[in-house]
Order: sequence, then structure tokens, then C-alpha cells
Amino acid sequence: MNPDAQKVTGAHVTETPMQAERATTIFEKSHPGRRAAALPALDVPDRDVSELLPAGAARARGPRMPEIAEPEIVRHYNRLSRRNFDLDSGFYPLGSCTMKHNPKLHERAAALPGFSRLHPLQPAERAQGALELMWNLERSLSEICGLPHVCLQPSAGSHGELSGLLLTKAYHEDRGEHRTKVLAPDTSHGTNPASVTMAGYETVKVATNERGGVDIDDLRAKADDSVACLMLTNPNTLGLFDENIEEIASIMHGVGATLYYDGANLNAVMGVSRPGDMGFDIVHVNLHKSFTQPHGGGGPGSGPIAVSDRIAPYLPVPRIAQKDGRFELNTDEPKSIGRMRGFQGNFGVFVRSYAYICSLGAEGLKAASETAVLNANYMLAKGREGRVGKYLPVEFDRTCKHEYVLSAAPAKKELNVKALDIAKRLLDFGYHPPTIYFPLLVDEAMMIEPTETETVETLDGFIEALDKILEEAERDPEFVQNAPYTTPVRRLDEAAAARNPVVTQDLDALA
Amino acid sequence: MAEEHYPEDLKYHPEHDWARVEGDAATLGITWFAQDALGEIVFFEPPAVGTQLIKDSAYAEVESVKAVSEVIAPLSGEVIEANGALGDAPETINDDPYGEGWMVKIKLADPGEADGLLDVTAYRQHLEEGV
Repeated sequence: MNPDAQKVTGAHVTETPMQAERATTIFEKSHPGRRAAALPALDVPDRDVSELLPAGAARARGPRMPEIAEPEIVRHYNRLSRRNFDLDSGFYPLGSCTMKHNPKLHERAAALPGFSRLHPLQPAERAQGALELMWNLERSLSEICGLPHVCLQPSAGSHGELSGLLLTKAYHEDRGEHRTKVLAPDTSHGTNPASVTMAGYETVKVATNERGGVDIDDLRAKADDSVACLMLTNPNTLGLFDENIEEIASIMHGVGATLYYDGANLNAVMGVSRPGDMGFDIVHVNLHKSFTQPHGGGGPGSGPIAVSDRIAPYLPVPRIAQKDGRFELNTDEPKSIGRMRGFQGNFGVFVRSYAYICSLGAEGLKAASETAVLNANYMLAKGREGRVGKYLPVEFDRTCKHEYVLSAAPAKKELNVKALDIAKRLLDFGYHPPTIYFPLLVDEAMMIEPTETETVETLDGFIEALDKILEEAERDPEFVQNAPYTTPVRRLDEAAAARNPVVTQDLDALA
Repeated sequence: MAEEHYPEDLKYHPEHDWARVEGDAATLGITWFAQDALGEIVFFEPPAVGTQLIKDSAYAEVESVKAVSEVIAPLSGEVIEANGALGDAPETINDDPYGEGWMVKIKLADPGEADGLLDVTAYRQHLEEGV
């Protein structure tokens, strides 16, 4: 436990030095004339910008860059990093995000000059090593997903979803069919309906049955020839494996729809079951989740897609092709939906994920998934008793996969502390809170995903912290409602931040 | 935020929406339970005047710090007035869900539809059943 968490008792709350410090932007530290680098003398002809750019393309005024010396830059960003919570600082059981340890070996591989100094415009014949790595990664993901074709281009899971839906659209339209709807369970990730809308389809929600899986009768009622696709996560966002997956696939294929697998939860099943074998046509893989990547705070991500034979003709270009032992980028695919982004994707992510696949191997990946599932079930079992079991019961009490969902509804009703309050108080104990208020199906949801890289002591410590917080709430709910106490900033006003966001800084006011 | 209450003169939809029926028109909004479950509301955009609402279907979205949720029409009809003030002050839905937090007024397509909604006793029972 964070010793600071114990120091804070009752009403006696002291401001920490970091809380007292006013956070500043780097622009506020700027001072005219300060520099972090000394540039060498100009060794090319000095030409005026107006000679190089067409009229109208040049800015009227130079960009406002902070002027600051290197030691101050280092201190500024180091200070920011200490204000942040990251996986290298503590347990991060953020459900659905798979915050597993990122082995340092991967950084060594990604830093190899042949990878890190590669220019995106390097011609294919001079980037053979990089293309070979991408080819091998494609083959590995193909094997893991059980689908023959892979495209690494999409930059994130949601981008993979959009790609998959555009592929679905291209597939149906090529067959002369105009379908309008996409089905998704009411437990689906929020990005699913968003991607559906972006692809020009209408989302139709499918109900969840009492076991936490797809309601087959509801699915049957909604599946007809106006449905283009069913988007599914298996295990789903409740961390439960849908036992009816074969029947679901058969219903969807029966009406000519495609089956899309949201790979966000792939960490539960690597090397154990394959989406392709379950009947899925399109899968996206979150490399940054299942295959390690420092990915808090927005990236970089990578969401490759794996597809079946019937979808392959529409895959984005360029495709990597192997010919006489050489690799090339092939754009000659007349039915392709085109590019999904510039260049070849987030290459640095590919290197790290490929390093992960190679260092673990097939058995290792399977062991990773098995351990992730074991850890989640260990926590679920341990939390079934005591205060955690009483105030934070599990919503669908089954053997879970890599994550599970508790409901803080009893804590709210009996102790007057919400999931949000408990989450905030966990920060004082040195833990990142679980995902809260998702999936929407569960009242006061807390979604816990421990991953495979945590020790039993950490898992025990987290459950004990929950118990301690509930004990505090029994004594003094207000104390928990006002948490956190030891973090760089105290409880933030989320509603004000959403209603009146301040996202710009007036640089003239600083001068 | 307002105290929990459910006015007696309203009709309720199981998806936590209310309707105040006056002749062949009705004012619609969400119940105290709905705004409490959503938490602090940060965005609401009412449908345009003239939009046709269909009973049991979504007619708007409401965004809170937790999630974006659909607002379900308890009755069918055409929007004759929308509460534009909620655009600048969506928190009014939290503060006064049955008063200033109203969402739209509609001209009822079928006044008989209202008979199928819950009265306050039935709605309270629905809440106790934990739906």
C-alpha cells in the first residue's frame, strides 16, 4: 500500500507539495533567446521562403515555439511524467485495455537503427528487412486468428473496425446487395456503433441473455437480409465466453451477413481458440493491447485486420507480397477499398509486437492467455467474500475469461459511495482504478482486467485495498466521497471539464 | 441535483421517460431515476421541430460524464417545440428533470397511446423490481 494512503485519516488532510505546485505549460517557461541546440552553419544556399513555397502557402507569422534550454526541457517533461500514473509505477487493471507489462527487450529491438531510422518513403527494395518483419507478423497474426489474410495498416482498434466495415460494404456491394444494418450486442464496445455510423450503416442492438451472452431469440428476430454484419467480442465485455458462438455464426451466415470479431479481448484466447474457427470473417487485433505496447494516454496503437478468403479481394493496399524471396508492395488490387492511412502503419508497434510473439512463441502466447484468465478468476474468487462480496458483487457469476465486471450498486445503496468514489480512493492506495461505468448493462459497473504479468501479491493487495475502502465507507462515507487525497491533483470536476473545456492558451497574454 | 421524486400527474415509460399529456399534446423528459443513473449531464441536443417521434424509439441522445445514452419516446407524435435552453445548460436536466429540464413538446399522433404508459404507482414498482 502507498504509505501516504495511511497517513490520511478523517478530516485531517494536508496538501502535498505536488498539489501545491501550479502546473505550467512549457510556453510559460519560455524566455526569448534561450536554446536547447546549437545548429551547424548553413551548408546549402540560403533562400527566401517565398522562392520555395507558392504564394499563400507561407504563414504570415512564424510559429510560436517555446524558447527553452535543454535542462529545463528535461525537467519539465520529467515533472509531467511524475504527475502521471503508468504501468511502470503500479498495477493498472483497466478492464478492456489489457495493460500488460511491456518487456524492455522490445524497446531494444525497436531501437535497432535499421528499424528506428528507416524513412517511410524508403523504396521497398531498400527496406527488405522491415517488409520481411511485417510479412512475418502478418503470418503470425493469421495463425493466431485462424484467418488466411492480414493487413497491418489500421492504426488502432477503432480504425480496424472501420476498415472491417468498409470491407463488409465492399463485399456486399460487389455482389450487388445493398444492406443497411449492422447488429451489435448491448454490451459491445462504444467504438462499435461509432464505426458502424462512420461506415454509413445503422446500428441495431441485440439483447443479452441471463448468462451474459447474446440472446439467440432476439438475434434470430433481427437477422434478415438487410443486415450486413454482426460485430461481436468473444469473450464479451463482461469477460464471458459466448458458448453459442457456432449457432450465432450459423444464423448470421444463413442470412448472408458477415461476422466481425472485435479483437479487444483477444488476450483471453490466444493459442486456445481462434476467431476464424468460430466462423468469423473479419478480426481486428489490438497489437497495443494483446501484444504489448506502452499505450496509455492515446497511443501509439495498431489495429491489424485478419480476413477470410471471401473478404480478401477488398483489403486495403498496398499489400505486402513475396516474390522470389524478395518482398514488394503491391497496389494492383482492383477491388481494394484503397488506403486506410498514409505509409505502412505504425511500424514501431509492429517491431515490438513481433518481438513479443517471437520471444514467447506459440506455447508462451497460450500460457500468457491462460495466466491472464487464471489471474482474473483468482481475483473474482477472492473478492466473492467479505466486504467486496457484499458491496461489490459480480454481476454474472460464472467462470470469467481475462476480465470480470462487479456492480457497486449495493455500495451506492447501502454505503452511499459510488463506483466513481471507490475508483478515486484506489488511487491513494497506488492502484490505477478499473474501468468504471462500462459496460452500460451493469449498474455502477467496475470492470477489472488484471492481465497475466501481475504477481499474486499484487492481486491480493488490490482486493485488500477494495476491502479497506469499503471499511472506510462503512465508518465515514464522506471520506471516500472526497478521495483522492495523495494524487497530484484532487477530485476533478469532470462535468465542468466536459461542458467548458479550456484547450487553448493565449500566448500573447504570457509575453 | 434534485431530490428523488416522481410527480403523480405524469405518465411513465419503463425506459425512464415521462410524458405530461395535455389534450392532444404532450411534454416529454427523463425521470429522476434516469438523470441520477446518468450522472452529471454535459450535452443534450433536442431534435428539430417537425421531427416525427415513434413510441419506444430513440429521438435524442443525452451525454453524461459516464456515457452517451439514447432518449426513448414514450409516445408518438410530431415535435412542436424543443427546449433549446438545454443546449447551453444541460445540467438543468439534473437540477429540475420534470420542470425546466423538459426536452420536447409533441403533437400526439394517437392520444390513445398514453393509456399504455405506467402511472406513478406502477413506475415506482418497476423501479423497485430493479430494472
